[in-house]
Amino acid sequence: MRSALRPLTRRGLLTGTLGSAALLAAGGTLAGCGTKGAQQTEAGCASEDLSGTEKKLAFSNWPQYMDVDEDNNSKRPSLDRFVSKTGIQVTYTEDVNDNNEFFGKVQNQLAACQSTGRDVMVLTDWMAARMIRLGWIQKLDKSKLPNVEANLLPSLRNRPFDVDNHLAVPWQSGLAGLAYNGRVTGEIRTVDELLTRPDLKGKVTALTEMRDTMGLLLMSNGHNPGDFTANQFDDALNKLKKAVSSGQIRRFTGNDYAPDLAKGDIAACIGWSGDIIQLGFDDEQIKFVVPDSGVMLWSDNMLVPNKATHKANAEELINYYYEPAVAATLAAYVNYICPVQGAQAEMEKIDPELAANPLIFPDEAMLSKARVFMALDEQQEREYETKFQQVIGA
Amino acid sequence: MSALAHVSTASGQPASPPPAAGPGRHRFLPYLLLLPGAAWLFLFFAVPLVQLAAASLYDPNGSLSTGYALTWAFGNYPTALQAYWPQFGRSFLYAGIALVLGLLMGYPLAYAIAQKAGRWKNLLLVCVVAPMFTSFLVRTLAWKTILSDNGWLVGLLRDVHLLGPDGRLLATPVAVVLGLTYNFLPFLVLPLYASLERLDYRLLEASSDLYASPLKTFRRVTLPLSMPGLIAGTLLFFIPATGDYINAELLGTPNQYMIGNVIDSAFLVRLDYPQGAALSFLLMSAILAVVFVYLRRAGTEEVL
Repeated sequence: MRSALRPLTRRGLLTGTLGSAALLAAGGTLAGCGTKGAQQTEAGCASEDLSGTEKKLAFSNWPQYMDVDEDNNSKRPSLDRFVSKTGIQVTYTEDVNDNNEFFGKVQNQLAACQSTGRDVMVLTDWMAARMIRLGWIQKLDKSKLPNVEANLLPSLRNRPFDVDNHLAVPWQSGLAGLAYNGRVTGEIRTVDELLTRPDLKGKVTALTEMRDTMGLLLMSNGHNPGDFTANQFDDALNKLKKAVSSGQIRRFTGNDYAPDLAKGDIAACIGWSGDIIQLGFDDEQIKFVVPDSGVMLWSDNMLVPNKATHKANAEELINYYYEPAVAATLAAYVNYICPVQGAQAEMEKIDPELAANPLIFPDEAMLSKARVFMALDEQQEREYETKFQQVIGA
Repeated sequence: MSALAHVSTASGQPASPPPAAGPGRHRFLPYLLLLPGAAWLFLFFAVPLVQLAAASLYDPNGSLSTGYALTWAFGNYPTALQAYWPQFGRSFLYAGIALVLGLLMGYPLAYAIAQKAGRWKNLLLVCVVAPMFTSFLVRTLAWKTILSDNGWLVGLLRDVHLLGPDGRLLATPVAVVLGLTYNFLPFLVLPLYASLERLDYRLLEASSDLYASPLKTFRRVTLPLSMPGLIAGTLLFFIPATGDYINAELLGTPNQYMIGNVIDSAFLVRLDYPQGAALSFLLMSAILAVVFVYLRRAGTEEVL
C-alpha cells in the first residue's frame, strides 16, 4: 500500500476509538447533567377519554392469569363474553412477567407523561403503591364500579396505599405462607421451625419478595407487618440472617421454587398459595401451611395508568370482573384467592370442591390471620430493600 | 479521467492504468468502510458508556421521584466497593477457577479435534457448537436437573462416599463454577481450534527429529504457535464469566452471588442507579486491568 495515509492498524483504531470516547465523555457529561424527577400528578398528565368513540381497550396481565377454553388455548371465555356483551375490543397481552422488569418497561414513558399504550395493567400491591406514590395512576370513577363497591372482600378495602379504594382494584389475591413436601419431611407449623429445624438444613428456600418473607418473619416475632418500626424490622432481619449464614436457607426464589419443591430438592419453603394448590393437584403430599403467627395477604391490582385514553372502557371491564359469576369462572381456572364476595356460591355450580377450598375462598379464621404489608415511602423502601438484599446476597 | 485518457492517446503513448490506491481517490475509503461499524460502536457503546459514567457520579441521595442530579459524587465508588467487595472477589475467583478447568478440558479437546480427529473433525466441531443453538438459560436450567439432590449424579457421588449422606452439589460453589465452565467452554475451544488447526504437523516432526521429547515439543513448538488462539479464547472465556450472574442465580445460593447479581439488583430491585453504575464501572475497570496485565505478560500483537 503506497498510500500517503498511515495504514490503519488495530491498535491505532482502538486508540482512536478510546480517545474519541473520552472526548465524548467530557462533552456528554457537561450536556446531560442528571435526570429529571419522575414524580407526576394525575392532573398534570391528564388526557382525553376516548372511550365514547373508540370501543377499544389494551389490557396487560401476567401469563396464565386468565381463564382459557379447555379445548382451545387461544379462547378466553370470560373475556370473550365481555367483548360480545359490551362491544369493546380488548387487546389482551401477557407481558407482565416480573414487577421490577415491567416497571423498567413503562418507567420512561410514565415519568415523562407519555402514553404506555396500555389502559389496564395488573401489578402487585407494592408496585401499585410505588406507581400511585409517583402519581402515575388515574383515579377511577366509583359510580361506574357498583359491583366492586358491593362485592370486594372487606379485608381488601381501605388498604394503606389506596385508602379511598379508587386507584387500585384487586384482580386476584393470594397468601404467602409456608409449604412443605410431605415425602421429604414431616409437618411444619411455624416459621421458627422452618428456620431452625436441623433436619431441614440446606433444604429450605424463602422468597426474594421482601414483603412476603419479611412479613412472615415480623409476625413470627409477634410484630405487625402492617405497622412496624425500623428496630422491629432489624430484629426480623437478624433472624433471617442467622438462618442464611447457618446454611439453613438454601436459596431465595421467585416462582421457581415450585419445581424444586415438587422434586424434593427442597423440603420446605416460604411460598405462594396459588402455586402450592397447583402442585397439590399432582401430588397431595405437597401442602400449604398458614402459620399460627399469621400469613401475608397480597393482591395483584388492576391499575389505569396516566395517559390511558380508554378509562371508561377500563372501568367497565373492572366492574364486569366483579360480577360473582364471572369471578367464579376466573377463579376456577387461576386458583388464587378470589377477591369477590358471592363468587363462592357461584363456584358451587362449577366445582364444589374448589368452592370448599380455603385457599381460594378463605374463611373468617384464615382472613383474621392475614396481614397486608405497610405502605413504604421511597426512602424507607430503598433502606429496607437494601438491607434485605444484603442478607439475601445481592 | 476521460480528458487524461484523451491526452495520453493523443500523445501516442499507451494509456497507463489508473493508480489503484491513488492518494486522491481512495484516501477516505477505509474510513467510509468503517463508518457503519463506528456508528454502531458510537451509538451502542460510547453513548451508553458516557451515560453510565455520568450515572455513577449522580447524587446518591437522589430518588426516582425527584430525579438525580450530577454532583460528581466520587464517593459512590468507595461506598460501593466497601459494601460489595466479597462479591467482587468471588466473581474473579470463580471465573479464575472456571478458566483453569476450562483450559484443562478445552486445550486437549481443541487439540484432538484439530490434529487427531480425522474425518470426525466436522462432527466433533458441531458437537462443540450445537449446545449454543439452545438458549443459555435453558442449558443452565438443564444443569439444575443434572445436579439435583435426587439425581443420579449426586446419588453416585454419595455411593462412592465423595459426598456425605446429606451432601449436595446444587446450591454450592462447585455447581456455580461447573456452570460457568460449561457455559463458556465453547468460547475457549473455538479460537484454540482455529490456531491449532493451522499448526503444521511437519514442525512437530522436525522437533522430534531434533531429539526433543514430546513434552518439550509441546512446550517449545505447539504452545507458542497456539498462543494467539489461547489468548483470544482465555479472554472470551474470562470476561463474560466474571460478569455472569445467571449461574450464581440458578445454581448457587446468596452465599455464591457474584457481582453481576448485585448490579442486577441495584438497577432493577433497589433502584439505586448511582451505585449500580459505579459497580458496573468498577467491574469494567477491574477486568480491563486484569486483561491489560495479562496481555503485557503474554506479549501478543495478534489480539490487541
